[in-house]
Amino acid sequence: MSALLEVSGLSAQYVGARGTRVTRAVDDVSFTLEAGRTLGIVGESGSGKTTLALTLMRLLPPAARIASGSVRFEGEELLSKSEAQMRAIRGKRMAMILQDPMASLNPLFTVGDQIAETLRAHESMSRRGAWARARELLAAVNIAAPERRVGEYPHEMSGGMRQRVVGAIAISCGPQLLIADEPTTSLDVTIQAQYLKLLGDIQREHGLAMIFITHNLGIVARMCDQVAVMYAGRLVEAGPVRTIFNAPAHPYTRALIESIPKFGDATERLTAIEGQPPDPAALPPGCAFHPRCPLVVDRCRSEAPPDARMAAQHRARCWVAAPAPAGSVKG
Amino acid sequence: MTALLEARGLTKHFAVGRGLLGRGGGVVRAVDDIAFAIEPGRTLGVVGESGCGKTTTAKLVLRLEKPTAGQILFENQNVAGLEGDGLLLYRKSVQAVFQDPFASLNPRMRVDAIISEPLITHERLDAGAVAARVAGLLDVVGLPARSRDLFPHEFSGGQRQRIAIARALSLSPRLIVLDEPVSALDVSIRAQILNLLRDLQRELGLAYLFIAHDLAAVAHMSHVIAVMYLGRIVEIGDAAQVVSAPQHPYTQALFAAALPAHPDERREEVVLAGEVPSPLNPPAGCRFHPRCPKVMSHCSQEEPKLKPAGGRQVACHLY
Repeated sequence: MSALLEVSGLSAQYVGARGTRVTRAVDDVSFTLEAGRTLGIVGESGSGKTTLALTLMRLLPPAARIASGSVRFEGEELLSKSEAQMRAIRGKRMAMILQDPMASLNPLFTVGDQIAETLRAHESMSRRGAWARARELLAAVNIAAPERRVGEYPHEMSGGMRQRVVGAIAISCGPQLLIADEPTTSLDVTIQAQYLKLLGDIQREHGLAMIFITHNLGIVARMCDQVAVMYAGRLVEAGPVRTIFNAPAHPYTRALIESIPKFGDATERLTAIEGQPPDPAALPPGCAFHPRCPLVVDRCRSEAPPDARMAAQHRARCWVAAPAPAGSVKG
Repeated sequence: MTALLEARGLTKHFAVGRGLLGRGGGVVRAVDDIAFAIEPGRTLGVVGESGCGKTTTAKLVLRLEKPTAGQILFENQNVAGLEGDGLLLYRKSVQAVFQDPFASLNPRMRVDAIISEPLITHERLDAGAVAARVAGLLDVVGLPARSRDLFPHEFSGGQRQRIAIARALSLSPRLIVLDEPVSALDVSIRAQILNLLRDLQRELGLAYLFIAHDLAAVAHMSHVIAVMYLGRIVEIGDAAQVVSAPQHPYTQALFAAALPAHPDERREEVVLAGEVPSPLNPPAGCRFHPRCPKVMSHCSQEEPKLKPAGGRQVACHLY
């Protein structure tokens, strides 16, 4: 089976105004995503996860450029497509949900207009047909009284409802891939649970593949089949979600999992990661995590570790991590 | 054990005037008749969603707002009645650390000035003594001594939060109000700050009012947890008990909605219908009844009072 999305050796850079300062925001990233599966891309601020998402959609700001690599989506190379070709793909075959629903909806148009706009841009639909479909989509994202809500403006809705509207726009043209960048960060806990359940239901119903960009390992544990952990622009570890949680290979992944408070765990102290995430414009040489790493060896300071296979589908970039011996799975 | 701080019948209503378009008008019942106590050296955690009144509660404790009704007693003295020296002493005893260390530190002041400002305001110390205190405080919060000459923008979020903590500690307070102290920080930094706060509590005997929406962090930090919904406390009691066996249907839903720490962790799914109603016009009877999965006929008529259930206080007609 060929993958829905195949990313290999992808690098993206931000270039300073004079062209002298180059920030490698995404550095040699490779992964694949099968149809209908869910990938979580985890990282802290500055790790390059949002830049990676924008690169996949070819939506990078003018100050950024794609330096190398390939993004194959349904067998087609996206990086060589023209802007007009990309416009026909975005919103139709791949769609995106952003963090702040107030910023991604236009305050001057009704939600019906905004859902219909996408439909009319991609499908040859009449205005009346698009509005009828907009009502169905609002009902599909569990908005009560869609006949009335379809004519409302974004400010008339709560945050949770607006994010549902954004979801309705994203699925309106039946995409194969949905990229969600911190989709629930601005929502309350119970509203977040509602929204994640909705996304899961939509995914099962339509057989969508999803990429969750998040800093929250809980969302990954709840929603994803696979995880990719980013640190300083690199993918430092990737694998099936249970493997990563039970037997993380990279010291950063392990520390991240251990540092989260857990219910019913009466330990006095959390396992903290010392130091600060590095400045993306001034990365340390070698492995970017080495100044904070408890297992650091000399080699880490000078040479960047290669992408190594730990087990089937489990990869990590670390000089110290060895492939886990069989039978040592529960960590 | 006597409480350091005690709230009795604490209420805060905000009058909402008519807007430009002649709409609205009424009263927001941000905090409505709540009671709690914070003991010396202990942490009260407050959880709830937007609009539940947790930040208003923090402002009332800090005396940034005056209660509409009810009292806050600090060492058995009514805080609302304090003035002059008594108020100055209260301000020294109760400090705060806020969510966003980018907004809570003056960008034009050096760290030295930020941390020493409360000392200069409240204590008559000579320059040498102030410098020594600042050096000591930087050491306590784990910042290098040279930090004192730098500006806030030269620090990362986690380091800035350490500066804010040093400032809060400068007057040796008894109670610190922590309003979402780690929400704005990177995941890998949160554990550092939570550990620091725990260490400081143990070493200095500090009491905390810890407000956060991250339930696992609140559970980790707190001795007592109060769960708020639309201005009311719906459940309050020993943190371990509240977390392991929540009694109020809202608490149950809230903890069920919390994200798992491991993919194999499966909680009973209680997905609440609807959203938190406006505090301008809270539902009659139990304020949670329109969303409650266990709603009964009299829930919409009679508002439940807090009463003992399962070793803590719960406001629900089920008990």
